[in-house]
Amino acid sequence: MALLQIYEPGETPAPHENDADVAVGIDLGTTNSVTAVSVDGKAEVLRDEDGQALVPSVVAYAPDGSPIVGGLAKSLIAMRPDSVVSSIKRLMGRGIEDIKSVAGHLPFTVEPAPEGEAAGASRMVRLNVDGHKLTPVEISSHILTALKERAEGVLDREVSRAVITVPAYFDDAARTATKDAARLAGLEVLRLVNEPTAAALAYGLDKEAEGLYAVYDLGGGTFDISLLRMEKGVFQVLSTGGDAALGGDDFDHAVAEHFLKDWTGKTPGSGAVKQAVAMAREVKEALSAEDQGTWTLELDGEEQSFALDRAAFEAMIEPLVKRTIRICEDVLDDADVTPDRVKGVVLVGGSTRVPLVRKMVAGLFGREPLADIDPDEVVAVGAALQAEALTVGSDTLLLDVTPLSLGIETMGGLTEKIIPRNTPIPVAKAQEFTTYQDGQSAMAIHAVQGEREMVDQNRSLARFTLRGIPPMTAGAARIRVTYAVDADGLLTVSAREETTGTEQSIEVKPSYGLSEDEMSQMLYDSMKHAKDDMTLRLLAESRVEAGRAVGAVKAALEIDGDLLTDDDRKAIDAIVAETEAAVAGEDRDAISAAVEKLEEGTRVFAEQRMDRGIRAALRGVEVERLDKAAHERDQQGEEQAASPDDRPKSAEAGD
Amino acid sequence: MQAKAEGAARSNNAAAEQDIVQACWSCHGPVAVGDPFCSSCKAVQPPGQADHFQRMGLERSFDVDIDALEKAYFRMQRDLHPDRFATKTPKEKSLSQQQATSLNDAYETLKDPLDRAVYLAHLKGLDVLKEGCNALNDPVILMEAMEMREALAEAESADEVSDLTRRAQGDIADCEKELTSAFLGTDMDHIGTLITRLKYLRKLADETRFRRAELRSMA
Ligand SMILES: [Zn+2]
Repeated sequence: MALLQIYEPGETPAPHENDADVAVGIDLGTTNSVTAVSVDGKAEVLRDEDGQALVPSVVAYAPDGSPIVGGLAKSLIAMRPDSVVSSIKRLMGRGIEDIKSVAGHLPFTVEPAPEGEAAGASRMVRLNVDGHKLTPVEISSHILTALKERAEGVLDREVSRAVITVPAYFDDAARTATKDAARLAGLEVLRLVNEPTAAALAYGLDKEAEGLYAVYDLGGGTFDISLLRMEKGVFQVLSTGGDAALGGDDFDHAVAEHFLKDWTGKTPGSGAVKQAVAMAREVKEALSAEDQGTWTLELDGEEQSFALDRAAFEAMIEPLVKRTIRICEDVLDDADVTPDRVKGVVLVGGSTRVPLVRKMVAGLFGREPLADIDPDEVVAVGAALQAEALTVGSDTLLLDVTPLSLGIETMGGLTEKIIPRNTPIPVAKAQEFTTYQDGQSAMAIHAVQGEREMVDQNRSLARFTLRGIPPMTAGAARIRVTYAVDADGLLTVSAREETTGTEQSIEVKPSYGLSEDEMSQMLYDSMKHAKDDMTLRLLAESRVEAGRAVGAVKAALEIDGDLLTDDDRKAIDAIVAETEAAVAGEDRDAISAAVEKLEEGTRVFAEQRMDRGIRAALRGVEVERLDKAAHERDQQGEEQAASPDDRPKSAEAGD
Repeated sequence: MQAKAEGAARSNNAAAEQDIVQACWSCHGPVAVGDPFCSSCKAVQPPGQADHFQRMGLERSFDVDIDALEKAYFRMQRDLHPDRFATKTPKEKSLSQQQATSLNDAYETLKDPLDRAVYLAHLKGLDVLKEGCNALNDPVILMEAMEMREALAEAESADEVSDLTRRAQGDIADCEKELTSAFLGTDMDHIGTLITRLKYLRKLADETRFRRAELRSMA
């Protein structure tokens, strides 16, 4: 069902004809989502026929469970509040405990994962949306599916790869949940990029900015502040901070609470709260432009009007804005930078349109913030630029950091940091631990994320047990625990007993993520294209691998082809041609077989090349040694060294 | 043919012993040890065993030219960062991640004077213990530590704390200068003491930072 007829406006860049599919950038926001595409370094956001770039991140569920995403879903909030979900991003990777604090603001029932489920089931919460039990990952995947389909409509080609942005302050669980949602939607995530970094990329490339910049990103549900150094195409994040549960939605809730507090009727139900929040958002937007206004709220058939001026509104939200300013100060302090050294402050996120926010940010940095790129679109633009950089290539480079410290639980419930926050990624760090009991055969490893001393105040990421430690006296075992964070900011933990080599490694599946079983079940259930997708992906992977192998052989022939007899050469050329023919076909097994044959058929050639390389290297060493000897002799004023022509001969004498 | 094979085997050993050449995992041809890319097929290679100074092409010394370090770091990350390998084979992706990880490790270690000092001392055979306490036997340092800590406990405003931060930073700069000359000599005990002093000065500076954040959030 097409909700919006999307056609291609003149300005949308047409991807190159020969691209089978195109990689897009997606800003998957709390309130709105935006998709953009970049061709030849020029990024454009994708718009519908009304010129709208913003797709409300709102999903309505029809009685049969089919999702409706975007503006239409948003317009259904008032009519059918129980079947419409918004701000799902706030629940990504969160457990039931985490969200009790926000639950008051969530007008739908949140349920923990059913008790007594088979082992391996996740602890991920379910939302009861009008009788349908849905995880945040599923709801998020419905938004991504809609964005993917819209993009395919506008670009008139398949979209299967994307760069998706996440708040810098998103923890491991929320990042994994986002990747899972994309996978469910049939999108390969090329990279998760932090939103402020994406904004800086869009901004820096556009303005050719150099020096220190701060990106202040206040979205609907999250706040991020990042400090970056931009220099000749390198975007280096120095420090980052934020609050994953603070955003413009909180402004709305503060205003809504004010209305409901004064409500003369009975206790408002969940529908009433939703309506009050929706009106509060209008109030916020209106008071960003006007000085005052009057609004009418109709609840349960009862009408009431409220007058509010900007000063009163600002008084309500000031504590929230102050919290962001304090976080900014901490981040500057972390990087040892005073506000006056910051050359510019980039504003990101719709909530930065609120005048009080601009005023307080300007106050901190002593300069007017920059907002000439639409703060709602700048992140998607940066994501699109990065998508192009990753698939087509680019001169720019993003160097990002870990937003939160990664640690391990030690005796007494304390956290020992293994990778401190603001460490450039990818990173790997190891720490050694030992047993504390004689004969201890297992060690529990509990990975946590956060800055607090006590483990239970940090976020639990994963637990696993290293077993099979041989009996030793307490303190004799040497257990090396390694934390590795990849360029997406995702953690892998491995543990190894050094004296025996007992090893265990897990990719951290967050406690509140989907289990592998659930993931495959969902993929199996939901996706018409799941199986085809898998086959296609495997075929694509084989082709990339075969391309590498053919390229390697061709390069070797170019350089060392003279080592081969004519017959040998012909034989290798034939296998190369065979492999290329297989790559052009659709048979994955044939491609793998051809690659194997290619490796086999070039083995002797490779040995010959190694011989030559080693001889050349030895000759180099020999020349160096003779040079040195000659130099020493020269210094002693003795006779001249052998003429240069003699040297290679003496080096090759061993042949 | 026989002789040739033997010759090759011999030179192979000799080359391996001298760590000059190894086989490229992709085209199986020769690659000079330490080269991040194969010169014939351009495939990315494993990061290998180079120490941080070698990796960044710098002389092994405490006195590091930070500009040169950053230039080398950016230049190498431009080629080796996983973002350059998003469409490559899983093996190449994994090798690029290893390379970028090694670069980050080298860069972070050499950029930070304390980490650099600890690392350089380690290369010179001195392992300064994690909770190093050689210096706590030093009464002068002990007094200094107690005095600063007292001042921090008594500071009541963010400004007062900032003064202490500046003082600590001045001491840190002095200590680093002393380390520069100490590393020119061979007195490893003295180097150990200076590193421990630097360590606690840095911890103190961090504490002033936390304290300031605390005072801010109470304001
Ligand atoms: Zn090669």
